[in-house]
Amino acid sequence: MLLEIKGLEASIEGKEILKGVNLSIPPGEIHAIMGPNGSGKSTLSYVLMGHPKYTITGGDILLDGKSVLAMKPDERARAGMFLCFQYPTSIPGVTMPNYLRNVLKNIRGADVPIKEFRKEVQDSMRNLSMREDFLKRYVNDGFSGGEKKRNEILQMALMKPRVAILDEVDSGLDIDALRIIAENLQAMRSPDRSMLLITHYQRILNYLTLDKVHVFAEGRIITSGGRELAERLEKEGYEAVIKANK
Amino acid sequence: METSVQSALDFYEPDNFPSGISRKVVESISHIKNEPGWVTEFRLRALETYMSRPMPSWGFIPQFKIDLDSYVHYVGSRQKKKKSWDEVDPEVLRSFERLGIPEHERRYLAGLEAMNDSETVYANVKKELADLGIIFCDIDTAIREYPEIVKKYIGSVVTPEDNKFAALNSAVFSGGSFAYCPRGVKTPMPLQAYFKVTAASSGQYERTLLIADEGSEIVYSEGCSSVQDSGTNFHTAVVELVAHKDARIHYTTIQNWKKNMYNWTVKRGIAHESAHITWTDVNIGAQTIKYPGIILAGDHATGDVLSLAFAGGGQIQDTGARIIHVGKNTRSNVLAKGVSLDGGINSYRGLVKFEKGATGAMSHVKCDGLMMDARSESHAYPYNDVSGENGQLNYEATVSRINDDQLFYLQSRGLSEDEAKLLIVSGFCEGVVRDLNVEYSVEMTRLIRMILEDGKAIAAPEQAAAALP
Repeated sequence: MLLEIKGLEASIEGKEILKGVNLSIPPGEIHAIMGPNGSGKSTLSYVLMGHPKYTITGGDILLDGKSVLAMKPDERARAGMFLCFQYPTSIPGVTMPNYLRNVLKNIRGADVPIKEFRKEVQDSMRNLSMREDFLKRYVNDGFSGGEKKRNEILQMALMKPRVAILDEVDSGLDIDALRIIAENLQAMRSPDRSMLLITHYQRILNYLTLDKVHVFAEGRIITSGGRELAERLEKEGYEAVIKANK
Repeated sequence: METSVQSALDFYEPDNFPSGISRKVVESISHIKNEPGWVTEFRLRALETYMSRPMPSWGFIPQFKIDLDSYVHYVGSRQKKKKSWDEVDPEVLRSFERLGIPEHERRYLAGLEAMNDSETVYANVKKELADLGIIFCDIDTAIREYPEIVKKYIGSVVTPEDNKFAALNSAVFSGGSFAYCPRGVKTPMPLQAYFKVTAASSGQYERTLLIADEGSEIVYSEGCSSVQDSGTNFHTAVVELVAHKDARIHYTTIQNWKKNMYNWTVKRGIAHESAHITWTDVNIGAQTIKYPGIILAGDHATGDVLSLAFAGGGQIQDTGARIIHVGKNTRSNVLAKGVSLDGGINSYRGLVKFEKGATGAMSHVKCDGLMMDARSESHAYPYNDVSGENGQLNYEATVSRINDDQLFYLQSRGLSEDEAKLLIVSGFCEGVVRDLNVEYSVEMTRLIRMILEDGKAIAAPEQAAAALP
């Protein structure tokens, strides 16, 4: 297994949010976690990346069979984990090229020569239909929702993570942007990379070859299945599916 | 010479001044510099003002332990030079490495060259400037060689009567730069000066005067450092800028005095019709009281103040701007950024005044404070005085802590917590740093790292190395 989550329990300020999450993703697979608002899906993504405001009260997270619980977020990133934020924060005053070079230097352990860097960034930006003047801007500063999401996927493309956790990458996107982002994710599918898509809606799943769907409710995964499960959720609604699995 | 008739016994020797200030101290300085009578009179008039004014007590001044009677106000130029690098404190050498200070500057800073040797620095560029009619020299030389220009302008923007410390500087000033740029001429490269203090318990009083004649442009930058650790130093400079019709002056200061330096500097420029003045002011060391000022005297004159200050442990940085709109349709812009850490206190104090006749004046003031920890402080004291008609003044201020969401975001992209903090602080400072020329902006990156290390906001290199598995 590339990513294994075993009986994971986590709380914030004494309030338990994750109540025993179990999930395994083999290399090369794309899984989706679907669930209603407030079920703890975003918490799961933060906890996987090591956000310090959550306390792990039980269970484990394994990358390649090794626990990452003692690792800081940056160590997890350098080990190959990536979190695509639902609401990426802005870093005013830091230009995109300066930022991206800094990120790649840390992820790859060495400075990327400027020519290579430019080419890599331009190629990835072209794939995402991003305009050149984007590079003159400060990180996420004044970006529209769609621009922020593209910027997240741009970083993923450059960082080449082994495990990508995508927290509602499809929210706030128009149809064209959704298709572009989904196609880029599909193109990044590879035998040594796993992805975990966290979402409400099944529409992004239409553009992706999906291996598994997990239904998330009340802090744990209550049932799993193939893509037909996503379609059932769409048709019957979360409530019915959750009730049926209680 | 008036002074030559007096007995030499009436004056102090250049390297033997007592602490404190007196008529004899002032006369001795003038005597040593062999100044014309009008300069001696200027100094003595200022001394009277200085003596008659009480120590001001506003703002943070009561918290500063300034004891003017304990400082030596003139330290002669014939200080013994160190002979080799072996005589220089290894700690000083280490800070040069961290700062990446160029070799020729290190020699001055380490005391291998005395400050008066800066004459030779001026000499390097003199020929090229002279061909354009630009005068650039130290103030003592200017008094000797261009007395009619100096006499016309010195004390015209900042009078000795302006305040107690302007009076003190006017009485005992020594060193500082002078530049005159003739009509329509632009400085071909930034005019640069470097100031340093090495003697303990001494005062330093440069006097700088820049005059940009009609349609000309002066770009000037200065750096200041002090390298000694014991004893308190006091620094009161007066900088006067005169921008005539359609002229532009851009004045940049990077101040990195040691923390045991009190820096009370009066900087003011006057912008005549359609002229422009920019002050870019970076304060890293010292306990600072400084509000670069611009008098927008002529119609359509414009002025910018870009200020960046760092307040570390035990430091108070009280900086800001003073903008007086006098002419019609004048515009000003203030951007002040302050970083406080390790319990330091940062404060923005700014005055924007629209005089009665300043119709159509516009001013935009933005000040931002960033605190790296809960012990540090950030304050803003804006004073707005708007009498002109149809004026428009915008003021916005933000104060924030280093943001956990930003830290987590950057860490999730592989940056260590320290690297993340560095990037966030660099971004915070960007609005001012991007205005510095390339050479300085590269140095700023190193400086910011050093400031955060010293303020314990990030680990110093040794600790970071030790923390590796």
